[in-house]
Amino acid sequence: MELNTTTKLTAKDFITDQDVRWCPGCGDYSILKQVQTVMPELGLKREEIVFISGIGCSSRFPYYMETYGMHSIHGRATAVASGLKATRPDLSVWIVTGDGDALSIGGNHLIHLLRRNFDVNILLFNNEIYGLTKGQYSPTSPIGKVAKSTPMGSIDHPFNPLALCLGAGATFVARSMDRDPVHLREMLKRSNNHKGTALLEIYQNCNVFNDGAFEVFTEKASKKQEAIFVEQNKPLLFGENNSKGIKLEGLKPVIVNMDEGGISANDLWIHDEKDATKANILSRFFDDVKKENHLPRPFGVFYSEDRYCYEDVLQQQVNDAIAAKGKGNLNDLLKGKNTWEVK
Amino acid sequence: MNNNNEIKKQVVILFAGDSGDGIQLTGTQFTNTAALLGNDISTFPNFPAEIRAPQGTLAGVSGFQLHFGSVEIYTPGDVADVLVVMNAAALKANIKQLREGGIIIVNSDGFDAKNLKLAKYPNDVNPLKDGSLSKYKVYEIDVTKLTRSCLEGSGMGTKESDRSKNMFVLGYIYWMYNRKLDATIEFIKEQFKKSPTLLDANIKVLKAGYHFGDTTETPMNRYEVKAAEMPKGTYRNIMGNQATALGLVAASSKADLTLFYATYPITPASDILHELSKHKNFGVKTFQAEDEIAAITAAIGASFGGSLGVTASSGPGIALKGEAIGLALMLELPLVIVNVQRGGPSTGLPTKTEQADLLQALYGRNGEAPVAVIAASTPSDCFNTVYEACRIAVEHMTPVFFLSDGYIANGAEPWLFPSENELKKIEVHFAENKLKDGEKFLPYKRNEKLVREWAIPGRNGLEHRVGGIEKENETGNISYDPDNHEFMVKMREAKIQKIADYIPEQKFDQGNEKGKLLIIGWGSTYGSIKTAVKESIEEGLEVSHIHIKYLNPLPKNIGSIIKNFEKILIPEMNNGQLIKVLRDKFLVDAIAYNKIKGMPFTAAEIKNKIVEVLQ
Repeated sequence: MELNTTTKLTAKDFITDQDVRWCPGCGDYSILKQVQTVMPELGLKREEIVFISGIGCSSRFPYYMETYGMHSIHGRATAVASGLKATRPDLSVWIVTGDGDALSIGGNHLIHLLRRNFDVNILLFNNEIYGLTKGQYSPTSPIGKVAKSTPMGSIDHPFNPLALCLGAGATFVARSMDRDPVHLREMLKRSNNHKGTALLEIYQNCNVFNDGAFEVFTEKASKKQEAIFVEQNKPLLFGENNSKGIKLEGLKPVIVNMDEGGISANDLWIHDEKDATKANILSRFFDDVKKENHLPRPFGVFYSEDRYCYEDVLQQQVNDAIAAKGKGNLNDLLKGKNTWEVK
Repeated sequence: MNNNNEIKKQVVILFAGDSGDGIQLTGTQFTNTAALLGNDISTFPNFPAEIRAPQGTLAGVSGFQLHFGSVEIYTPGDVADVLVVMNAAALKANIKQLREGGIIIVNSDGFDAKNLKLAKYPNDVNPLKDGSLSKYKVYEIDVTKLTRSCLEGSGMGTKESDRSKNMFVLGYIYWMYNRKLDATIEFIKEQFKKSPTLLDANIKVLKAGYHFGDTTETPMNRYEVKAAEMPKGTYRNIMGNQATALGLVAASSKADLTLFYATYPITPASDILHELSKHKNFGVKTFQAEDEIAAITAAIGASFGGSLGVTASSGPGIALKGEAIGLALMLELPLVIVNVQRGGPSTGLPTKTEQADLLQALYGRNGEAPVAVIAASTPSDCFNTVYEACRIAVEHMTPVFFLSDGYIANGAEPWLFPSENELKKIEVHFAENKLKDGEKFLPYKRNEKLVREWAIPGRNGLEHRVGGIEKENETGNISYDPDNHEFMVKMREAKIQKIADYIPEQKFDQGNEKGKLLIIGWGSTYGSIKTAVKESIEEGLEVSHIHIKYLNPLPKNIGSIIKNFEKILIPEMNNGQLIKVLRDKFLVDAIAYNKIKGMPFTAAEIKNKIVEVLQ
């Protein structure tokens, strides 16, 4: 039976009959909820939406979305999605991946997808740990992380995912968190609205193997001090009652105290998503929170650029070839240029 | 001047020179010209992996063997009648390929002290002067000097002029075999249309080579090789990789599917990509991926969306694709995997041929992972075979391996090409929403072929999820149930075996259906086996030949064919792979005949083996 598409869809329409099998308390539940909530607001038909994932806890996601979906293999969701989008530009393609899936085993495909700028959305669930394989450190785990495979602490220098993505030529880079549904929903919508590859990193708590990895950013007691929410054309303010701000001295970001005299919001760094230099500096707000005078961790849209999408130009070349040579004639192709007759 | 035209039934010419000498182009041009005259042809390019190996060295020798005749030709020839060498290294590397009494045409400039040293001849030894070539007829021509003087005043430097040397040689060989220059002149015009200087220079040198034959005092014979008697119709010349590309376009066009060809450059498969990228006006989308894994997974993504997903590589790349092939067979989506085999293992022999990836195609994945496997036997057969691979992939919703190899991929032959309406129909059915109220779509429900429906995104009410995890029968939901897993493993195997109902039975290529000796071949050994068996039968030996195209599933009558022979001989360019499969399936005590030298069998080798086995 066809779904009556004139009726407005609700979040419920995106829930499948499958039991959700993440651990109780996992941050993935919140992300799933926000995605299902946002979907009806995007103006898409359910059958036009495809969720593609790789392997890992987050990659079970497609099974819980009542859309088309593929749970592919480790690290390759980005490549599967590239092939799908190249041939079906009409679809809304969402990639669900984790820090291991996207940045370790699938690192190569991620950077190449970003530079090609297919019009897809990447939801990168970062929990700084390998959950499905039961607790090894990941490429985003901090140095010294004690995990199953690193009893003496990890000696791998971690990736800074957003700096990596900007370096790869991403046209849209944003960060949100599982514990802030309002912000997450807003970022999901922004990602969807971006024409090109939207990379949304979502800080996600793994309460079993890495509980509290992001709590300084997500919990009430410290959130205002440690997290800064950036908005277009607004000054970079944070802290209790926005008592602190970020000022740019040349290319160096400096924390200033708004309570002290002689400084106003006009003196601060005004956020501009179109500014690649600022976005790069913002992505380097990646200090260890234990470091004295560290910069707060930014959330929001860091960067947004208009650039052509691979699938559009690929199709354009097909159209141009047809315009120049005419639609392919199979008999002519088989015949080739030089033939001879045997009588 | 000498104009004795001697009639020849068939001739083998081996062009050899430095890899920068344009040998492949020379050979290809002669091939096209011979084809246009109606000769039957088979060619074999043989070149080093290095693009520019040190000039003048043995490692840098590039060869192109060409067999043409007024009789049926199945191989590039066991030994050459004419050897054309541009330098000392080319002579040293190829002299054993020349028959006794054969002709050597020598660029004498390539035999100076420096070239002799690079070719590792001992000091003061020059094979042109020491009588070591007395078994052959040697014609020395200073091609370099003649080319340079021909281009004097053209404004070109010596380095530039020397690049046209191959055209002089080609012109001369055209004279020797009474060929017209037209096709090559057309080619030069096309090739150098942006550079009038090079265009004029190459045509001038080509003609100079031809006229040199007319004017020189050398007592050289001229030969004539008449058109071959071939089945009536219109022919063209075709190389294997080109035929593969055309087969893919034809299949997508007949099936009315977008062809999505995703690949990563690798020798000897890249030419398929080059060819396909020229045919975007057929809606073909080519994708040069970041690596082999991205190539195949992108192709899977395209197939999921309702396109014909194809990926191609050679052995090392196929190894990287293994996990994704497993995914495609779990998803039960159409996918064609082209393997243009080369010498292995690991990087192996990139530019040499081998058929050692059969077991990789059949078994090279984790778990019980059956896929269909079919192999082409000649350059033009690549067209039919890859077309068939597409048909099976789409109609049976499965990955299909198409095996070619470096020998037929780069080899060429005349092709009695089909017209569009002679091509077999390819049935495509996308799932439609016929669900009743409250009924759920079952993505893994199967039809009488045991094939599930292709339900592509965009169709309302058919939303479903697929994945690499074991799935419940019919619903496709994740299932770890032990009985379900066993059922699904057996179902996937049964589905592949079911394809046997939709492919032709095995036919005999030559010989009786019962007898003393049956030769079973597959892939590119076809020409050598055919020639050897033909000669053997003419000499009264009791031998038959079948050549298996469908390697999984096998045609249903293979078992009964085997039972009708006293002895079975299986020649393969590997250490014995098909023989393992046939022993396993039919408990047959077959005799293996293996060659693992990166070179195809000669017909004589197979013939000798036939005689030996029948003794």
